[in-house]
Amino acid sequence: MKKSILAAAGATALAAALGGPVLADPPFDPKDPKFAAYISGDKRSGYTFAEPETRGMQDDDFTNPGFLWVEKGQKLWSKADGSANKACQDCHGKAEDNMKGVGASYPRYDVRAQKVVNLEQRINMCRVDHMGAPEWKYESDPLLSMTTFVRHQSKGMPVTVQVDGPAAPYFEAGRRFYYERRGLNDLACKHCHEDLWGMHMRTELLSQGQANGFPTYRLKWQKLGSLHRRLAGCNEEIRAEPYPLGSPEYTNLELFLAWRAQGLTVETPAVRK
Amino acid sequence: MLTPITRVALAAALAVAVAGPTAAAPRKKAPERGYYDVTRMAPLTDQKGDPVKGRDLVVKKGLCLSCHQMPIPEEADHGDVGPTLDEVGSRLQPAELRLRIVDPKIINPDTPMPSFYKKELHRVAKKYEGQTILTAQEVEDVVAYLATLK
Repeated sequence: MKKSILAAAGATALAAALGGPVLADPPFDPKDPKFAAYISGDKRSGYTFAEPETRGMQDDDFTNPGFLWVEKGQKLWSKADGSANKACQDCHGKAEDNMKGVGASYPRYDVRAQKVVNLEQRINMCRVDHMGAPEWKYESDPLLSMTTFVRHQSKGMPVTVQVDGPAAPYFEAGRRFYYERRGLNDLACKHCHEDLWGMHMRTELLSQGQANGFPTYRLKWQKLGSLHRRLAGCNEEIRAEPYPLGSPEYTNLELFLAWRAQGLTVETPAVRK
Repeated sequence: MLTPITRVALAAALAVAVAGPTAAAPRKKAPERGYYDVTRMAPLTDQKGDPVKGRDLVVKKGLCLSCHQMPIPEEADHGDVGPTLDEVGSRLQPAELRLRIVDPKIINPDTPMPSFYKKELHRVAKKYEGQTILTAQEVEDVVAYLATLK
């Protein structure tokens, strides 16, 4: 990354000192220990760009609305379904033990599918192959709930994905997507989230676009949503044609974003504006 | 006082000098021949730009305030992504302004600034397909407005 956290903080202070146009950013001090869990080197979780009220919602499991989906996922975990009349629990046991760390390692190359799959797709593979149940629709409530519940078991663990070996071509495709201009606004992901984070587009403080908190409860949506939904929203904002949720394009990008977030920890379910 | 034609020629000469073999730092991507063709900076329409319409366009349709500070006090929270345009009319000639609005990647291939009068972009949303952000006349209006910022 081009600039350090301290440089960005310094630039804001300088603008304030010069009496230039100062937009009130949420308070952030990289040396404040309460942010330590949300920083890794120059990487900053979206948490550090959020308003204090939003951070507060995420901090408290009782006020964090994302936990409604965690709880729904927990119920589904032990609910039998499909022609095999099996529940996730029947094969995987206690999620709190056996799913720990799993969500932090997705997307990953799946030997049977012979491609990179994300957590949503992996859950659906289980449903079809082992439960004899139909796939859950992308962005449907049960799929969001199960994905959130499973990823939540990795909360606090560092994002760690494999990008070499059989995953390499998928990772490269994701990287290309990230650096490719698109849409009428002719922007690549990297322009806002790598080159310009910390700057403002009108009142919008540009973040690094780190994906370690997904599925995330978004105040704008008034519900929890997947990373792919957020990516489609980003594409629409720059007047680009979005890809379908669950598409290979967004899955490859998800792998690149996970690699980019490595060092940051899983925050699922995060709360953002 | 320079005639408009002299201004265009000067701007082109300057641009060619910048792009010439004497330039010190190697560029990521060498400009193609004709990159700084003077016709790229010529007015897009015969009708003179209207600075009043241009001022309205930079706020609304052009969304220039997303990234640029401008002397438009009735609008709050101008962005700080791009350089301030407060005195851009003193820094740049109309031909240079036009070039930067039509397709700023000619000047800086890595710029986040949209090309306001360019088609053939990658994966444009279906409802905008075949369109440009501004029409030719709107580009002229914006150029006319920016030229007044001195």
